[in-house]
Amino acid sequence: MNFGFTQEQNQLRDQIRRFLDAKCPLPEVRRIANAEPGFSAALWKEMGQLGWLGLITPEAYGGVGLSWVDVVVVLEEAGRTLFPSPFISNTLAQSLILEGGSDAQKRAHLPDLVSGARVAALALLDEVDVFNSDGVTLTGRVEGGAFVVDGLKRFVADAGAADIFLVAFRPGAAGEVRVAIVERNWPGVSVTGCPTLDATKRTGSLNLTNVRIPAEQLLPFADFAVIARLQDRGAVAVTAEGVGAVEQALKITTQYAKDRVQFGAQIGRYQGVKHRLSEIFVDVESVRSLVYYAAWCIDQSPQALPRSASLAKAYAAESFPRIGIDSVQLHGAIGYTAEYDIQLYLKRTKWLRPMFGDQDYHYDRAFALGQTPVTQASSARA
Amino acid sequence: MDFDLSPAEEKFRAEVRGFLDENLSKDKPRDRKFYQDWLAKVRAKRWVGFSWPTEVGGAGASLLEQVILKEEMAKRNAPPLGTSFMGLAWVGPGIIQYGTEAQKQRFIPDILDSKVNWCTGYSEPNFGSDLASIQTKAARAGDEYVVNGQKIWTSGAPWADWIILLCRTSWDAEHKHDGITCLLVDMKSQGIEVRPIENMAGGANFATVFFTDVHVPAENRLGEEGKGWAVTVSALANERSSIGEVTGLYQKLEELRALVKNTKKAGRSASGEPVLRKRLARIEARIEAMRLNGMRYLTKQLNGEPLSSETSVNKLHRAELEVEMGEFAVELLGQAGLQMKGTDGAVEGGRWATDALSWPNVVIGGGTPNIQKNIIAERILGLPKD
Repeated sequence: MNFGFTQEQNQLRDQIRRFLDAKCPLPEVRRIANAEPGFSAALWKEMGQLGWLGLITPEAYGGVGLSWVDVVVVLEEAGRTLFPSPFISNTLAQSLILEGGSDAQKRAHLPDLVSGARVAALALLDEVDVFNSDGVTLTGRVEGGAFVVDGLKRFVADAGAADIFLVAFRPGAAGEVRVAIVERNWPGVSVTGCPTLDATKRTGSLNLTNVRIPAEQLLPFADFAVIARLQDRGAVAVTAEGVGAVEQALKITTQYAKDRVQFGAQIGRYQGVKHRLSEIFVDVESVRSLVYYAAWCIDQSPQALPRSASLAKAYAAESFPRIGIDSVQLHGAIGYTAEYDIQLYLKRTKWLRPMFGDQDYHYDRAFALGQTPVTQASSARA
Repeated sequence: MDFDLSPAEEKFRAEVRGFLDENLSKDKPRDRKFYQDWLAKVRAKRWVGFSWPTEVGGAGASLLEQVILKEEMAKRNAPPLGTSFMGLAWVGPGIIQYGTEAQKQRFIPDILDSKVNWCTGYSEPNFGSDLASIQTKAARAGDEYVVNGQKIWTSGAPWADWIILLCRTSWDAEHKHDGITCLLVDMKSQGIEVRPIENMAGGANFATVFFTDVHVPAENRLGEEGKGWAVTVSALANERSSIGEVTGLYQKLEELRALVKNTKKAGRSASGEPVLRKRLARIEARIEAMRLNGMRYLTKQLNGEPLSSETSVNKLHRAELEVEMGEFAVELLGQAGLQMKGTDGAVEGGRWATDALSWPNVVIGGGTPNIQKNIIAERILGLPKD
């Protein structure tokens, strides 16, 4: 029994932390996020060379063949510094190709996504809060050996950064959901950037105007069940990144409460301030435990993933935005200024709430699953 | 990360499960005879004082073995391992850590054999959360202490044989913690009067205890004079992993799920109500967080890292859950939730009404939520003391 990280994982954390602190401190985050293309291609390539972009991809396809727990280590650190990058999209795309793609597709695409030469994004759900197959409504007409798709995918995370898109659609209105690899430079493919309130998280619309998708671009093994599993991995990823962000928000706010003096005392002495900070600590610790376990489930206990991912994401979506708000509020007016960093963390907590399902969806799903561990044979594996 | 047990640990778990299968069959009534047999059997297994050193009659079990035992017992709703909860939870460990050889020989066997019940004399009318300011006086007179004062909210006092008592022996210590001494006192001593206090749920398991010129032999002092605070702190820290507790919470969650399924709200099945579903799942997320927090902290302990005050995290969850789960039930049941034992329309014998009035046992005992928040803020976040 060991619910902790390996020495290698702790080293990975140290390395990524040093890298981000040295190369992308918050002033640099602001600069990158507020300019095009919204991420640093140079840092991205460096991360690729260090092996960090291909953590879950096997060595045969250029990756390092580690686990989602390692991904979580990187994401916590990326969240801590609000590192702007398409890391989550690019990792999930690798996961989807690994599970749904042919060997030829894996060989053709994964090495580039791992090295940082190219970036992939997901354009799966049309109804972005419908997490069953009804969520995919885009259809393609069958023409010869190809599919012609005409439509729009909204809210595509990291669309502006992507060179390829994994697009879900139905061949014919009654067709089963399929996923195709669509190249950005194909005729009829274009992206419209749609800034969100969090400048470090880019979104866009993927416009598909009579785009011809050759049949060999379809991932042969990617049905909706594969997409559904990917949603849980996405929920784990944004939650882990969120844990890093709120932990840093707590750190910044705690420091402020030690430095700021009012009524002749540090404001962190007053229980109205210190008790709220303690409550935040409880929530951060708790979501951290939930998301570590969910990440472990992705590789080691997939049958337990839906419940563990839902409990982690629901708790995070419910509590983190409030942590963002209170972190600003505890600073007083300085927290409201654009210049002060705490507001960047507030924005991140709002961004993560709807991603891969909000608390209403995930709590209801956990209730419907009804798998509490008292009935299970093993104590640790829920 | 690895959530599997070692072969030896699995073997131990199988042994516990086999024992429970054999001794907790459903058709066996849990009467007096059953309980006496149970205590003798678990004692023979050396599961009472399981973690205590073998020299004093314990089994020297590892942390993980203790967790396995606790968890399997909780899953099967097994009876306690002894009649004196406090004796086993902290009086025994306190005596093992701070007691003299004579004290160990005198007190430990009786705790292990459930021959004596202990209670804990900490809170006073004027000092609860601010425990270090207690005023109950123990004056040294030859080889005795003479105790005068009053304790209150003393759980189990009405039937306790002995009390572990915090007293003040010095009034001029520079630091108020340094004037405190810990005494082990026979409840049959002359000058002790116990007045049970009825709580809001109708029970009377706690009491006021008056001490008037109570003579306590100096040999019953636990630890050095003026060092009683350290004994207390280590006793309170003796609470181990909360994993067994989590199992109990999951059992209660299952009961609430069943209650939702069997209850109609405004003529419709309650289990279809999104607000109720969400509220139960929210409870589930907190229990699961407690389970996993506990495993993370256990991993730290197994790696030999000291825990600081992380256990306050789960104590805060526990306090919130205790209130929330009780409220969930009585709110769901509406007027039926107000019916007490034996009344017409009571659900499950009125247990939910009693439940909803019993949360202070957990929420206030052992440190209120506000005190837990102070502990986290000051000891973990490093914020100034108030």
